[in-house]
Amino acid sequence: MSRPAVSIQSVSKRWTPEGRAPVQALKDLSFDVEPGEFIVLLGPSGCGKSTLLYMIAGLEEVSGGTIACDGEPVTEPSAERGLIFQEASLFPWLTIADNVAFGLSVQHVQPVRRREIAIEMLKRVGLGDMLDKKPDELSGGMRQRAACARALAMRPKVLMMDEPFAALDVQTRARMQDFLLQIWRDSGASILLVTHSIDEAISLADRVVVFTARPGQVKTIVPIDLPRPRQSRDPRYHAYRDMFAELLADEVDRAFAEQEAV
Amino acid sequence: MSADAGRPARGGAPLEPPRLSLSPAWRRRLAAIGWGIVSLGLFAGVWEALWFLGMLNPLLLPPPHMFLADIPGTLQFFDRSNRIGSVATGGGVGALLFTMASTTLRVVIGLSLGFSCGVAVGAAIHYVKLLRNLLLPTILMLAPISPVAWLPVAIFVFGIGDVPAIFLVFITVFFAIVLSTGAQIESVPKNYIHVARIMGATQRQTFWKVILPSILPSLFMTLRLNLFAAWMVVLIAETVGVGTGLGQITSMARSTFNAKLVFFTMAIIGLLGFLSDFALRQVQRKMLWWIAPNQGGAR
Ligand SMILES: Nc1ncnc2c1ncn2[C@@H]1O[C@H](COP(=O)(O)OP(=O)(O)OP(=O)(O)O)[C@@H](O)[C@H]1O
Ligand SMILES: [Mg+2]
Repeated sequence: MSRPAVSIQSVSKRWTPEGRAPVQALKDLSFDVEPGEFIVLLGPSGCGKSTLLYMIAGLEEVSGGTIACDGEPVTEPSAERGLIFQEASLFPWLTIADNVAFGLSVQHVQPVRRREIAIEMLKRVGLGDMLDKKPDELSGGMRQRAACARALAMRPKVLMMDEPFAALDVQTRARMQDFLLQIWRDSGASILLVTHSIDEAISLADRVVVFTARPGQVKTIVPIDLPRPRQSRDPRYHAYRDMFAELLADEVDRAFAEQEAV
Repeated sequence: MSADAGRPARGGAPLEPPRLSLSPAWRRRLAAIGWGIVSLGLFAGVWEALWFLGMLNPLLLPPPHMFLADIPGTLQFFDRSNRIGSVATGGGVGALLFTMASTTLRVVIGLSLGFSCGVAVGAAIHYVKLLRNLLLPTILMLAPISPVAWLPVAIFVFGIGDVPAIFLVFITVFFAIVLSTGAQIESVPKNYIHVARIMGATQRQTFWKVILPSILPSLFMTLRLNLFAAWMVVLIAETVGVGTGLGQITSMARSTFNAKLVFFTMAIIGLLGFLSDFALRQVQRKMLWWIAPNQGGAR
């Protein structure tokens, strides 16, 4: 097997906000992401999932341990590690095509080439006819796809998504999951996706990393051994669901108990 | 807005009267103009009625038909060489336009300088801690001072001429823009900055391509809010004898008890103020095309 796409070793993160007590968000966290693997991060609220993605992206520094991508330690953000947020965060002053081409314009790619790539990416996410629309003319699902196209235009090796579909309705959400699997197969990138939805985790992941309550640690890593497309009628699917529900309930209880103790 | 919103809708039966084929946008525009005329007409009407009933002294408060009737006579006073006390000679439409242009130019130059310097200083203060510590307290102390209070200072420093008038307009917007720039940069969504950083944008690229466009709508709103104040101070500055300008004419009219000229000039000033607000709105629409009309600078 080749080098892991992302290697997380004994990573910890301590937030020291000004004027408030420090928070130990992550503690001694280790796992690897293989190239082309689909990882879902599941855990109680506040256990540091977003924090981990920010650190892999290079937007925040680790307090201890190392994060390496393709063998290189992460020191600063890079277009090879795309990050998609819960809100699409498209720039309202750019058209959809210009939004998708933003990263290319920052890297001084010629305008004609930029537009070609933007069109190609938008076609790939099914927004080929939305090129010159404003972001606020699109629905939430479309905006999130445009954000995907913006990240994909940089040909990332790792694509991170922080609850990307949490703000969408159930039907749109299901469609977006299919769409994401297709993107994943086409691009060959590794994906790290944070979700609160057990069903989303089981439908998408190769492996699910379950976090403990804060300070976040790896509680367990569960490979999902189901052929895709995954059917929620499958009894094995139900078994996974029960298992995750139990794992999470433990941690949520612990999180609450801790809060009450404080 | 769809691209054809401004155009009259095409198609339909060719025999239809043209009025019916007006697009909603044009209909709205015509309605606005119509109401504008009604509103002004009502105002003038009440004034005229009060005069007709003998309740107004036409020497002090001449109704519109009087101060608009003798325009050639009034225009004589717009002679460029005119000074308080001199006898009106030349003048005419050319001189009127020249006077209007002088005042407008001072406003435009003052606003542009105030806006760009304000953004530059505001951003510098936000990003450079040393500058913030050095400048912010002073700026906070100077900001509430009425621009009019700066007039003597402006004259001491710049002498009599265009510069004090421009300076006063500058002061009117400068502090507001400095303070607003800092506050707005603070409130740029963090994710915008994250996206820029992930895409590999340098600090400079992030400022020009992300921060500036994202704060521009609010800054424009601040500019527009201060536009009328700019028109007020420019007139005051001009009364101190810049040599040209509507303020100088009003001041002369007042000293010579020329009520017709006072009201004529006031009408011109009102018109210019209205037109400049309209022009700024158009610039705003062009530059900030992604903001829906009526949404203003709100984000
Ligand atoms: N910028 C920050 N400054 C200080 N503390 C922070 C910061 N960001 C996060 N934290 C703290 O770190 C902990 C983990 O936060 P994080 O957002 O990573 O959790 P999460 O697992 O993503 O939660 P959720 O599922 O609710 O999104 C929280 O206690 C939070 O208060
Ligand atoms: Mg989070």
